[in-house]
Amino acid sequence: MTTPGRKALLTVLVVLISAWVLFPIILIALASFTTRTQLYAWPRSLVPSPFSAETMRFFVQAQDVLQSLLNSLLVAAMTIVLAVLIGAPAGYALSRFRFGGKEVFRLGILGTKMFPATILAVPLAVSFINWNLYDTLLGVALVHTTLALPFAVVITTSVFVGVPFELEEAAMTLGCSRAQAFRKVAMPIALPGLAAAAIFTFVLSWNEVFAATILTLRNRTLPALVMNAVGLAGAPIDYRFAGGFFMIIPALIIIFVIRRYLLTLWGVTVR
Amino acid sequence: MADIQLERVRKMFGKVLAVADVSLHIKEGEFMVLLGPSGCGKTTLLRCLAGLERVDGGQVIIGGDDVTDHPPGKRGIGMVFQSYAVFPHMTVFDNIAFGLQMQRVSSAEIQRRVGEGAELLQIQQLLARYPAQLSGGQRQRVAVARAIVMRPRVLLMDEPLSNLDALLRLQMRGELKRLHHEVRSTTVYVTHDQVEALSLGDRIAVMKDGTIVQLDIPDRVYDLPATRFVGSFIGSPPMNFLEGTIRSSNGARALETAGVRLEFHGVPARGRDAVLIGIRPEHIAVERVAVAGGIPAGAIPAAVVVVEPIGPQKLLTVQVGPSTLKVTTPVDFAVDQGQRVWLRFDPSRIRLMDPQTGDAIAS
Amino acid sequence: MTVAEQRLEQTLPPVRRQAVDWLPYVLLLPTVVFLAVFFVYPMLQAFVLSFRSPEGAITLRYFQAMLKDTYFAGALRNSFLLTAIIIPLQVVLALVIALLINTRFQGHPWFLFICAIPLGISDLGAGLIWSSFFTERGYLNLILQNLGLINEPITFLSFERPAWLYGAIVATEVWRATAIVMVILVAGLQLIPKDYFETADVFGASSWRKLRYVTLPLLRPALQTALIIRTILAFQLFATVIVMAGRIVPVLAGEAYFQYGLLRNVNIASAYAVLIMTLSMTITIFYLWLLRTKEEELGRG
Repeated sequence: MTTPGRKALLTVLVVLISAWVLFPIILIALASFTTRTQLYAWPRSLVPSPFSAETMRFFVQAQDVLQSLLNSLLVAAMTIVLAVLIGAPAGYALSRFRFGGKEVFRLGILGTKMFPATILAVPLAVSFINWNLYDTLLGVALVHTTLALPFAVVITTSVFVGVPFELEEAAMTLGCSRAQAFRKVAMPIALPGLAAAAIFTFVLSWNEVFAATILTLRNRTLPALVMNAVGLAGAPIDYRFAGGFFMIIPALIIIFVIRRYLLTLWGVTVR
Repeated sequence: MADIQLERVRKMFGKVLAVADVSLHIKEGEFMVLLGPSGCGKTTLLRCLAGLERVDGGQVIIGGDDVTDHPPGKRGIGMVFQSYAVFPHMTVFDNIAFGLQMQRVSSAEIQRRVGEGAELLQIQQLLARYPAQLSGGQRQRVAVARAIVMRPRVLLMDEPLSNLDALLRLQMRGELKRLHHEVRSTTVYVTHDQVEALSLGDRIAVMKDGTIVQLDIPDRVYDLPATRFVGSFIGSPPMNFLEGTIRSSNGARALETAGVRLEFHGVPARGRDAVLIGIRPEHIAVERVAVAGGIPAGAIPAAVVVVEPIGPQKLLTVQVGPSTLKVTTPVDFAVDQGQRVWLRFDPSRIRLMDPQTGDAIAS
Repeated sequence: MTVAEQRLEQTLPPVRRQAVDWLPYVLLLPTVVFLAVFFVYPMLQAFVLSFRSPEGAITLRYFQAMLKDTYFAGALRNSFLLTAIIIPLQVVLALVIALLINTRFQGHPWFLFICAIPLGISDLGAGLIWSSFFTERGYLNLILQNLGLINEPITFLSFERPAWLYGAIVATEVWRATAIVMVILVAGLQLIPKDYFETADVFGASSWRKLRYVTLPLLRPALQTALIIRTILAFQLFATVIVMAGRIVPVLAGEAYFQYGLLRNVNIASAYAVLIMTLSMTITIFYLWLLRTKEEELGRG
């Protein structure tokens, strides 16, 4: 595997593919820091001179952007709480017990994961109007929870499988009830894994466009706001570029922070 | 401290009977070893005793209290797990103090008792560390300390030494013995290692298929196995078994094997003619007869198949008729593969078994 | 029958009635209830909305309206066409990346991280990123101008240049969603025991033959998962397309969005939803059948 030809080929491929992934991100970052007048000028240079935060500022100060940013964060927070609170007990049950119907449940979860669930936002919109959930952040969070729940169950199952039941049993022989053993031993050890489930859920909720767009009118999340501005109102390019860059920043940071767990989170639990 | 009374304890996993109505009385301060191969139900029985498994029948009585329906924490037990189950997110001190804190013992008392326990297991200098910073042997000590600072009425140990390497296992075995002499708590110890059982147990309960096949002091379990299974499970190399017949001549009954009449006084007066002869390797004397000499009376001819020097002794594998036996000889016993030797069984050590059931025949 | 079983039959059974352990069911209950309300119920509701007339009778009028809609035929064609172009490209590129990572060259964790970045980027975000390249005042025109190839910017993304529209959408989707295929394949590669490769080495297999006869067959479960997930996501594709092409290139999920968001026509939007669900499930079953792991091949390992 170490003949010079192979090594050169490998290097070329790695460089090309890395450039393919990074280049567009660099371009939109450059565009976001070019002044608005320059963006519309022709011709202009590739690298902005000078670098300016004006376009970003324009986007952030555009109507509803800050409010929808806050909305997005609130929806993500609600989704995380709901998905972990609802999913973790199921994950715990799958990791600890043998019981009738376990395989049926597992298959159900698998089916849910492989279902185009965002589409369900259309019929849900009708129900949500009746349930007073239409155009509310909670409504969006509930749909995002539906999307995230199967993954939360699968991730927490593997997290609790990694916490030996003997530890809880040991705690029980030392005077804990079952619930105390969970709270004092299993829970603290599982916490980093639960954090991973939370991060996965955040990325899912932060990026979800379709359901958020369908289910909101005034209380838009950030993707829903930008989607509508672009899709129905034809937003100008400075708004598009700055908005695009703004929306990918948290994702870039998160992917960087959890880079060691990418394979486990996306590669294993997504299937 | 307390005695333990198990009354017809039964545990099923689905349709599989893991513990089949076992009754067992363990005396106060006794060190009881549950010994058996994997899957024999010994660990399940221990877990029923601890309350980690709900029994499907029978009673568990500790110190006169029926604890059958009590959760593990309300039984007055301390348990040491095979994997140690030391809490990785707590320091050694917090691990040992965990049970005491659950009992809401005052912090001064906790300090004192953790210190005591740590001293007993010689881990005082490790109290501030986390389990990840400890060796296997040290974690083992933490697990034992955590159990005994609770001053449990009963101490339960599930294969506590099986995850240690050979040398450490030997050392910890001695430590556990010392500890038992100092603390004297009623102990139930599960193992599949017969050497551990023989060296630690006041009594040994040998288990197979969910039942106790023999319950006795170590010497008697070793010398007088109740069944062929016990004889072949205990001892390394295990007991030899070969076919024998009882023949009557002149009104007297005598034991024969491979056509040789054996010197043996315990022939039962009645009963079947075909028997199984059990004899331990070290109770067989091996002789090489001088060229001129004839066949020694009462000696069984055998062919040497394998010669293995094993340190203090030589281990021979010999062929007697259809049976293969293991025998030990002194190191200086000169013998080669393929040679013919004569075996002489120590008559007081012969154990007769029923060839069908494998049960020992009372002599 | 074992000795223990014989003994059991002889003894009186002092069996206590063991209560069922309800705890696991209690723990599953929240998930089951939640998915029943927010997953199963809307799924049924989609059928009700798309098949029931205001009078309560079963009707095909919404489906007929959907079929007659000017955008429908194009949307159906585009959804299939884009899926058929994008997914093979993604699988090949993902496989190349996964195999590169699997060589464990120095710095491969960084390469994995770089290639995984798009995992955290939405279809909307990706569409906006790439529009900065393809749009009239975008970087493609700037580069061409700097190279002296053009004087005036070209409007690539217009209905007069369908090939450019398709190309931009394909590039964006391949850029964004190759990552998920790649990560699943890398995880799948890690599950293959090293012995297989060592055995292949012993027999002197060439790299190509190792790939063809060892890696790919063993990677089949991972490929199957990746294909199913990608195809389902591809039928949900809409933001990228709308950013790049508006409604010039209609797609199924986009039409559901326009029917609901623009025209407020819930019934026709639901008909689109039912269509997307049905297509996704059909294709999933097709993949499962196509890539079923044959028993004898598994046993041969």
